[in-house]
Amino acid sequence: MHELGITQNIVAIVSEHAQGAKVQRVVLEIGQLSAILPDAIEFCFDICTQGTVLVGAILEIREIPGLARCRECGAEIHLDKPFGICSCGSVQLDLIAGEELKIKEIEIA
Amino acid sequence: MCVTCGCSDDAQSTITNLETGEVEHNHHDHTHTLPDGTIITHSHNHDPQHEASQVHAKIHNTTISLEQDILAKNNLIAAQNRGWFKGRNILALNLMSSPGSGKTTLLTRTIHDLKNQLPINVIEGDQETANDAQKIKETGCKVVQINTGTGCHLEASMIDRGLQQLNPPLNSVVMIENVGNLVCPALFDLGEQAKVVILSVTEGEDKPLKYPHMFRASEIMILTKIDLLPYVQFDMQKCIDYARKVNPQIQIFQVSATTGAGLESWYGWLSAKVGNL
Repeated sequence: MHELGITQNIVAIVSEHAQGAKVQRVVLEIGQLSAILPDAIEFCFDICTQGTVLVGAILEIREIPGLARCRECGAEIHLDKPFGICSCGSVQLDLIAGEELKIKEIEIA
Repeated sequence: MCVTCGCSDDAQSTITNLETGEVEHNHHDHTHTLPDGTIITHSHNHDPQHEASQVHAKIHNTTISLEQDILAKNNLIAAQNRGWFKGRNILALNLMSSPGSGKTTLLTRTIHDLKNQLPINVIEGDQETANDAQKIKETGCKVVQINTGTGCHLEASMIDRGLQQLNPPLNSVVMIENVGNLVCPALFDLGEQAKVVILSVTEGEDKPLKYPHMFRASEIMILTKIDLLPYVQFDMQKCIDYARKVNPQIQIFQVSATTGAGLESWYGWLSAKVGNL
């Protein structure tokens, strides 16, 4: 449900940077461990962009896979949820990718 | 639904058939996976002219690289709140749980038991009503209710506004009771010193695995309603193991706000936290 508020934030930030120009494309980076559903963002995007310079803009979402480093042995582990276990048996993992929530770039006419 | 191919947009969801053990992932036509595992999904607004519009864009449009964190504004206000608390020597805790876990009961008992040692004031968050704020007010402490309406969590700007109203004294504790929800509140920094997750034994021991973001973000977990253990199927050890699997550093307290069991250790943690400010 938090995706609605986050999409409103995206529209506000992009509108500010577009300075009145029509926005053609918005590129987002969303980490797969960020607890943000890209589909929910897409769903909200159509609604939130109505009446703004973003209306009709293409939304491109780049999902960044989860990656962690084991504190015990230093190995890098791919994660599909924000926790896991290293092959060395340790659960002491530092997330190094997958929590992104960023507007990467915008394209204006 | 995609108007071009008619397939569903819920590319993230999976359907698990418990009869066959089959897991079905939704593979969308317009989702591409790059060699490094990055998945790119396009929206379908312009699908009929999808490629044409992209080519056109490359010729005529300007691309602005933003690299902007979407939660930057919230995080900035949270940082200001944190400074505000620090400057007044106030300990602020963000209490989070699902609805009905016993947050308000634990809070009223804590305020009552510690009123001679620690001045505690409360920012209460709910979608609707001021029922909980009313219960807190009866303990004699200051309380501000924030109703989020359709919102499912508190944000840093709400705390900023709430603090103006609450005006807590120097050297005190501010308890922020978040909206009952085990998902969204975990994502929003309010400027608190620590997040506290509250789970009752009536909710099932696998909650830490089901809602890992919440348990990972929290410094401590308070397991409430332990007086009900004889009447419910709840495997305490499993719950603790699951919580530590998600967050190896999490500290766990087992309490009953009704009987008072286990509250001393929670109060001890709270006092130590205040002492460390």
